Amino acid sequence: MKQPIYIIDGARSPFLKARNAPGPFAASDLATAAGSALLARQRFAPEQLDEVILGCASPSPDEVNIGRVVALRMGCGIKVPGWTVMRNCASGMQAIDSAIANILCGRSQLVLAGGVDALSRAPLLYSDAMVRWFAGWMQARGLGQKLAMAGRFRPGYLAPVIAIMKGLTDPIVGQLMGQTAENLAWSFGISREEMDAFAVESHRRVAAAHDAGHFSRELVPLIGRDGSVFAEDDGLRRDVSMAGLAKLKPFFDKKYGRVTPGNSSQITDGAAWLVLASAEAVERFGLEPRGRIVDSHWAGLEPERMGLGPVHAATPILQRQRLSLDDLDLLEINEAFAAQVIACQRAWTDADYCRTRLDLPGALGEVDPARLNVDGGAVALGHPVGASGARIVLHVLEALRRTGGKRGLASICIGGGLGGAMLVEAV
Amino acid sequence: MMDLKHWKLERDADGIAWATLDVAGAGTNTLGSAVLTELAAVLDRLEVQPPSGLVIRSGKAVGFIAGADIEEFTRIDSAAAARALVEKGWNLFERLAAVRYPTLALVRGHCMGGGLELALACRYRIVVDEPGTRLALPEVMLGIYPAWGGMARLPALIGPAAALDLMLTGKGVDAGKARRLGLADACVPARVMDNAARLTLLSGQPARRPPLLQRLLNGPLRGVVAAGARRQVAAKAPRQHYPAPWAIIDVWQHYGGNALAVPNGSPVSLGALFGSDTARNLIRVFFLQERLKGFGKGADFAPRRVHVVGAGVMGGDIAIECALRGMTVTLQDQSVERIAPVVARAAKRFERKFKGKPREVSFALDRIIADPHGHGVARADVIIEAIYENLEAKRALFVELEQRARPDAVLASNTSSLRIGDIATALREPARLTGIHFFNPVAVMPLVEVVRGALTDEVVFRQAAAFVRRLDKLPLPVKDAPGFLVNAVLGPYMYEALRCVDEGIAPATIDAALTAFGMPMGPIELIDTVGLDIAVAAGKALAGADATLPRGLAERVAAGQLGKKSGQGFYAWPGGKLSRPATGTPPAGLAGRIVAPLLAAAQSCVSDGVVEDEDLADAGIIFGTGFAPFTGGPFNHLRTTRRAG
Repeated sequence: MKQPIYIIDGARSPFLKARNAPGPFAASDLATAAGSALLARQRFAPEQLDEVILGCASPSPDEVNIGRVVALRMGCGIKVPGWTVMRNCASGMQAIDSAIANILCGRSQLVLAGGVDALSRAPLLYSDAMVRWFAGWMQARGLGQKLAMAGRFRPGYLAPVIAIMKGLTDPIVGQLMGQTAENLAWSFGISREEMDAFAVESHRRVAAAHDAGHFSRELVPLIGRDGSVFAEDDGLRRDVSMAGLAKLKPFFDKKYGRVTPGNSSQITDGAAWLVLASAEAVERFGLEPRGRIVDSHWAGLEPERMGLGPVHAATPILQRQRLSLDDLDLLEINEAFAAQVIACQRAWTDADYCRTRLDLPGALGEVDPARLNVDGGAVALGHPVGASGARIVLHVLEALRRTGGKRGLASICIGGGLGGAMLVEAV
Repeated sequence: MMDLKHWKLERDADGIAWATLDVAGAGTNTLGSAVLTELAAVLDRLEVQPPSGLVIRSGKAVGFIAGADIEEFTRIDSAAAARALVEKGWNLFERLAAVRYPTLALVRGHCMGGGLELALACRYRIVVDEPGTRLALPEVMLGIYPAWGGMARLPALIGPAAALDLMLTGKGVDAGKARRLGLADACVPARVMDNAARLTLLSGQPARRPPLLQRLLNGPLRGVVAAGARRQVAAKAPRQHYPAPWAIIDVWQHYGGNALAVPNGSPVSLGALFGSDTARNLIRVFFLQERLKGFGKGADFAPRRVHVVGAGVMGGDIAIECALRGMTVTLQDQSVERIAPVVARAAKRFERKFKGKPREVSFALDRIIADPHGHGVARADVIIEAIYENLEAKRALFVELEQRARPDAVLASNTSSLRIGDIATALREPARLTGIHFFNPVAVMPLVEVVRGALTDEVVFRQAAAFVRRLDKLPLPVKDAPGFLVNAVLGPYMYEALRCVDEGIAPATIDAALTAFGMPMGPIELIDTVGLDIAVAAGKALAGADATLPRGLAERVAAGQLGKKSGQGFYAWPGGKLSRPATGTPPAGLAGRIVAPLLAAAQSCVSDGVVEDEDLADAGIIFGTGFAPFTGGPFNHLRTTRRAG
């Protein structure tokens, strides 16, 4: 980066698991509550932000530019521009990257960037057939035409299209995200037991982090309208076990697959924010940076192997910064699927893959499991699509500061065949 | 032809006359005598060359017409003068209603009393859909009635039930409600209001008539409606104290809403009503209220961020009021769990306040930020402490708050029983501390005592008063004395009532005597409501820790009977509802005996300078305790009874 990008602070909402019904908070509620609490503890006023950038993969139809909606609801005032970015599962990381770009080109000094999604509120849509019929009905004039249209109605038109299933299906190759994870399990020979063991460990690490208070600085409790308090990530299952997970059926490749809901990330509602500043803003407001973002990178690969995105995005950063995997004190690979995180590790140890796909002379090396997703990940916390990319950047920094590490990398796989990564240093 | 000072009359290309009222030398439009005279001149001009229509609108930045000039009411000294004032408006509006060309009132902002009666005399009314638009006939609150045609035209337009409801309570309706009631022909955004007025005037559509049932109720079935209305009024406004609502029903039922048709000597005649003590006292109360409002004008202070420490009943409700009025509040307590009930309470209040406007509810809730770590202190414009009543705890808290607050932030305590001076000495700059003392329930009680401590900086005090006005409350400046004004006068009053209980008089009998006197709630019920333990604490704070407690109070507190909250106090509260026993006949002079200590305490408050003068004491005691408003306040009551005696 041509000039330092400082992380001043960050916060997130608890990640609330979708339970087959609209959750207690809309996406803008989540982002507003977490953001207001974060802004309340800053040395600058919300009006002094240069912009608010919010990543969101599925804003509801009444708040499509949810970034602006939330900026106004947080009291940033009418003059602070608010906008929305979308890069599927990395929308939150894209918001950070867009903030970086604007700081680097000098048009912003102080930016609130983050991500949000309330997947529990993803709508049910009418099928195209139903919409076409409805259009015909509206155009029909007179009783005769109306009756004719009524005769053309078929009950099957009423079958809803589940928006979230559409969103989780790759539009090019037509595979569900879980099926892309099955592809990786197949090609890297990852067993069901390996994935389940990974999932058990993710729950164990999240539980331990909660118990030790490792999330307390970044986590803002939410209060519902009935006065109920949401203070914890409620997808966490402390009683998870190999035996329990073994009972779950493969969801994406029914019957014969390996990827189950238990070793996949959960469908979840949540929001995460970071305050980013230039050196000039740090000086002007007397801010105390917690870290800085050193580098970021985006990469593309086959949509049906999107789970390897982190490898493709992180490797160029390591090369540019002349770092080996061992130079990273901590590494986050967003846990969309256990299979996909394991596949990333395998790819880096696979000399052939590294040579042919990553332009490396040989295998990059082993990832130390103790440094990978040190406080667990989306399998236990959930994956509120737009929020996850921001959460892992924030959390890798908080974890670095706690463990005394210096350098951390946050990476994420992205539906559609993309990967994103950011290199962070504690200050 | 007379020059127009207050009205501007123009004609547009369609031949429509636009009469714009912009009362000279005033911030808001009122219908004083000169303004009415000019309106007659406007009609004279239009008579010469009739327009294709007439629009009446306001030229002020804010509001249509606030009503008659109440100052002129105070100069009415005879039945004849009252009659002359009413005749002038009634005849003028009759004339306006009778013109051949169509007329329209374009109402943007408040449209009260005489202003609404003027609008009612037009063929059409268009209201502008803005939060400030409010239509009301509040005459009843001044002890009089809407005699410029309101009593006749409003029931004829929207039906008698809705009309009586508005006239008997004096409450206002917003633009949307006015449209739904049929009071307005259309509710439009400001951007199209002129065009809407023009098209409506040129439409030729007949004046709105209510549905048949409403016309019947306003005709042959008047008696039924009147009887129902009287039953409702009886529960709230006894006739001997509040004659105006009763007169409104009578004049509508028997005289077609025309006060001029009521024979002299009738108890509902103009002379009787305008000459009544109640009207004089309520008009006095109106001006007292204006005086209190004036205390908020001493500082150009528009706080945007408020930090409240303590999420109990008072702190939470203060935070809710602030958020309701557009301020962002950080609310601090020991944990989020302690703050959460306030959010639930706020959601209920906002959902009621912004009914049908779910976005406003969300936005108001967004403005309450749970802040267990007190981050909000550093950026707040106003910081209010509302923790438990303990001097050392408060002193320690303010030491910390002062260190972290902005140097120009207002620091205030909501203490009711401690002295601001005793807390202030903990600060490096004691002059920064003031008291902003709210009453429970905050949403309902209009008064807030603002404490001018011996050390308090004048600017801080003024900013505190301005802040109180921002919450649409009435600031009362008080000196830093135990109980300030309101609790200092309420305490002896409640203790006298408790002594009567000790003497064997039934609580229900005592309460009945005081509600008959005009109190909104009897003293024993009040003690049960606030809690017997609170009453003990307040008593000790006022009278010293060694003061002997009334026996009945002490025994009940010892038995854990704390009032409503424990289900049993002096009364039983099954399910939180008062079970009111039958009342006996109060001994002669019971109310007088119990009120006497209040009057005495009020007198010593004035002589000790707790409030500046008797008028402010009256204002504070009426708005802070609900002391019978028709009396004009305790001092006014004393003067009146002395004159009578």
